[in-house]
Amino acid sequence: MLNTAIKALVWTVVMLLSAPVFSSSPEEGEPVDVTEMIMHHIKDAHEWHILTYTDDNDGKQHVSIHLPIILIDNGLKVFSSKRLYHEESPIQITNAEGEKDHYYLNSELGYAVYHETIYKLNENGELDFDEAGHVISAKPYDFSITKHVFTLLFSSVLLIFLLKIAVKTYKRDGMHPPKGLARFIEPIVIFVRDDIARTNIGEAKYEKYMPYLLTAFFFIWINNMLGLVPIFPGGANLTGDISFTLSLAAITLLITVFSGNKHYWGHIFATPGVPFWLLPIMIPVEIVGIFAKPFALMVRLFANITAGHIIILSLTGIIFTFGSAAWAGLSIPMSLFLLILKLLVAFLQAFIFTMLSALFIGGAVAEEH
Amino acid sequence: MDLITPDLGLVFWTGLTFIILMFILTKFIWKPIMAAVNKREDNIQDALDMAKKTKAEMEKLQTQNANLLKEARIERDDMIKEAKETSDRMIDSAKGKAKEEADKIVENARVSIEAEKNAAVAELKNQVASISLEIAEKILREELSSDEKQKQLADRFAKDINLN
Repeated sequence: MLNTAIKALVWTVVMLLSAPVFSSSPEEGEPVDVTEMIMHHIKDAHEWHILTYTDDNDGKQHVSIHLPIILIDNGLKVFSSKRLYHEESPIQITNAEGEKDHYYLNSELGYAVYHETIYKLNENGELDFDEAGHVISAKPYDFSITKHVFTLLFSSVLLIFLLKIAVKTYKRDGMHPPKGLARFIEPIVIFVRDDIARTNIGEAKYEKYMPYLLTAFFFIWINNMLGLVPIFPGGANLTGDISFTLSLAAITLLITVFSGNKHYWGHIFATPGVPFWLLPIMIPVEIVGIFAKPFALMVRLFANITAGHIIILSLTGIIFTFGSAAWAGLSIPMSLFLLILKLLVAFLQAFIFTMLSALFIGGAVAEEH
Repeated sequence: MDLITPDLGLVFWTGLTFIILMFILTKFIWKPIMAAVNKREDNIQDALDMAKKTKAEMEKLQTQNANLLKEARIERDDMIKEAKETSDRMIDSAKGKAKEEADKIVENARVSIEAEKNAAVAELKNQVASISLEIAEKILREELSSDEKQKQLADRFAKDINLN
């Protein structure tokens, strides 16, 4: 069993190492902008780019999934991103640094997308730029099902589906040890209960916060793992998106603030043992503290996951930067190593987020000693 | 810069999705799992408690049994002792009675022997007396058969009287 696994691993490494050699084309193409590639991968997008290939006429063909765009701009507007990206040819511009850039637009709809942000077109059917090269056109409220929103929904459905399978074994026999997928899920649930909730919140009150902690843990974990899958429907950097971590951190903040008991608020507005004339300094510090804790949660998850993606992509990028497939000998084993490390980090970051959330909630509900 | 700028759309969708997900998971997943886990843990705890209780009960029963055995043994010893005493007493009293009876028989025998003896002695005396009388009669007849002899006798008597 183990031998087979080791053999499979060795073969995978060999195949991965040899793949770039076979696929490297002898002719000189245009240089690949690695930074642009990395940023494109870790940022949200309105269409899901899957691959680009060169057709018989040496034209580049893009294979993308066109996600729906939902805007609130004098009413609800829903259309496919295909209309924005592929109906009219992009407008070429030169930015402030003198580099060539472009934006996509659809004059009929009256919108343009520049660096994945949607703007309204002006009367002449183009975007307005200031001297520094920033767009100053008005923006509609953008509630599009972007790459990250799609991943969000997909991972939720996947999570419900997987957990539903696990929970089925319980309905048959509530008394027996877990079976199948539940054998894998249950220790984690018990781990969250015993080592995260009970330890940090306390025996008396932990039960109320279990749904949040369990959901946060599994949701962050499954999305971290999906982010490591290199092809659709994985690969989106959802847990490394500041909007996602902001939302989760905000929920922790709200739970902390609304669970806060007399003792918790007492510590903030009348810190025990502090002379009254220091309170004008202490109160602002404590209030900043309320927000600093979830802020740290937000930044930690965002930075860890994004950094992981950037490192793996950079290692792959080495091959293109130096323009030689030989670099794959270095970059592929290193990316492989980092991917395995990221498997651990995926779990670790989910654990840390949940653990610290429990710690903050625990601090808010703690009784006076 | 836009890497660290939160996007309204995604914040909205994340918040909405997460809250809906939390409710769905709580209702259909966490509650059944937690209920099953708690039930199983309770059962295990109950089983352990039961085992402990049973063990304690067993120990109690064993002590009780030992006590019962000890009591039974003491009672048996007492009974044996009592029985022995009773039998001893019975033997003693039987012996006493037998002796008494024997004594009584012996006494009776002695008394009747005495009576017989006395009767015999009395009979003998009577016999002796009558025989003596006969003898005396015969002697007298002999003595007084002739005049001379009567005279001699009278003389002897006379002598005796003189002596007195």
